[in-house]
Amino acid sequence: MDTETHELIAAYALDALDEGERKHVESLLASSDEARTEVLAFSGVAAALAVGVVGPPPAPELRDRILAVARAESANVVPLERPSERRRTRAVPVLSLVATAAAVAAIGVGVWGISVARELDDTRTSLERERDASSVLTDPAARTVSLATGSGKLVVNDEGEAVLVVESLPAAPAGKRYHVWIVEGVQPTAAGTFSGAHDRDIVPVGGAVQADNVVAVTLEDAAGVAQPTTPQLVSSQPV
Amino acid sequence: MAATRARVDSLVGIISWSMRRHLAHLSDEALVALVARADDSALAELYDRVGRVAYGLALRILRDERLAEDAVQEGMLSVWRTAASFRADRAKASTWVLTLVHRRAVDLVRREERRRADALDETTERSIPEPGGSAEDVAWLGFERDRVQQALRLLPDTQREALELAYYGGFSQSELADRLGLPLGTIKSRMFAGLARLRELLDDATHEGSWTPKLTS
Repeated sequence: MDTETHELIAAYALDALDEGERKHVESLLASSDEARTEVLAFSGVAAALAVGVVGPPPAPELRDRILAVARAESANVVPLERPSERRRTRAVPVLSLVATAAAVAAIGVGVWGISVARELDDTRTSLERERDASSVLTDPAARTVSLATGSGKLVVNDEGEAVLVVESLPAAPAGKRYHVWIVEGVQPTAAGTFSGAHDRDIVPVGGAVQADNVVAVTLEDAAGVAQPTTPQLVSSQPV
Repeated sequence: MAATRARVDSLVGIISWSMRRHLAHLSDEALVALVARADDSALAELYDRVGRVAYGLALRILRDERLAEDAVQEGMLSVWRTAASFRADRAKASTWVLTLVHRRAVDLVRREERRRADALDETTERSIPEPGGSAEDVAWLGFERDRVQQALRLLPDTQREALELAYYGGFSQSELADRLGLPLGTIKSRMFAGLARLRELLDDATHEGSWTPKLTS
């Protein structure tokens, strides 16, 4: 890039351009990796100038007002959904009816040992899980599927990678975990567990979710179960 | 190095004293993706992370609480409306949000000519109102602010002036050339040199490569 372009990008990052020049830089950004790299760095430095000014906090009402306007606007927006011709109306399988007794052999392994191993595992994989979730959530082709039971949504991309966003599940009691199931017809397949420690859980689904599958959640023994044994607390519409 | 990392990680807490833990483990980028899916609690979380710095910036530019609130509100609503067009290869998500608020503030101040007149005489040092929040949050905010201001003080006066008048004053390059009675080319090269130098100074301060404000994890 020549000096003039470097200078333009710096001024762009500082919002010091007139409208015409701004548009010129934006078209440059669309075509040049080098320009994008530079604007990424300079915008970060410009944002440092923002951090350099610390004033009084905004009035709490500002937050409320922004959210109220945003909610009012979204009521008028048609949500991202799959095409209506693909909608299915068949009933969601009742997992509790396919339940079998959980043949969990916890002999020789203390519950304490299991939960410690899980916590270590959670720590180790939480970053990977976040990355997985981010890549699905940020995929513009991913679809949002509403839930038939429970509050939240399921986001599925074209490869069948899915993230379940569930709200307001209380923390699982000691010795229990929430288990995620991918249900094909009436056949559930285990797809990971989570603790429900948050008001909202972002849970990457551990398996490919195919057309017409349902993703469901039950509360089970932490040690694991082969099949769901309790009623579904969350279930998606068929994908 | 480990200490630096720990320090940077602690900055997670700066802006977000009311951060709700359930979204806390998500990156800013993932939050923007949720906002693009019309998730208003993700918008609330983004506001909790960035809103305070955004408001401080807008107030510095506009010098009027009501106008600053308008700029933040319009900036955040731009986030809400255009999150689907956010491009992670152009900016970090937190930077993008600040950019939208800054642009609204600049648009507003360019309409309010009289407010900018003082900016020409202004120096870096201003009386900083006491921020709210926990003692720890205030300490980190102060730390970060001091670091940026220290770097600014190391710039040659002409470069610092160009950066401050552009970013805090909302002056375009051509307006500045006009007001300072300098050739446009001089303003352009000062602004570029100042931003490039500031980038080096902030990178040196962290020893962690390219520096971006660590508003959140």
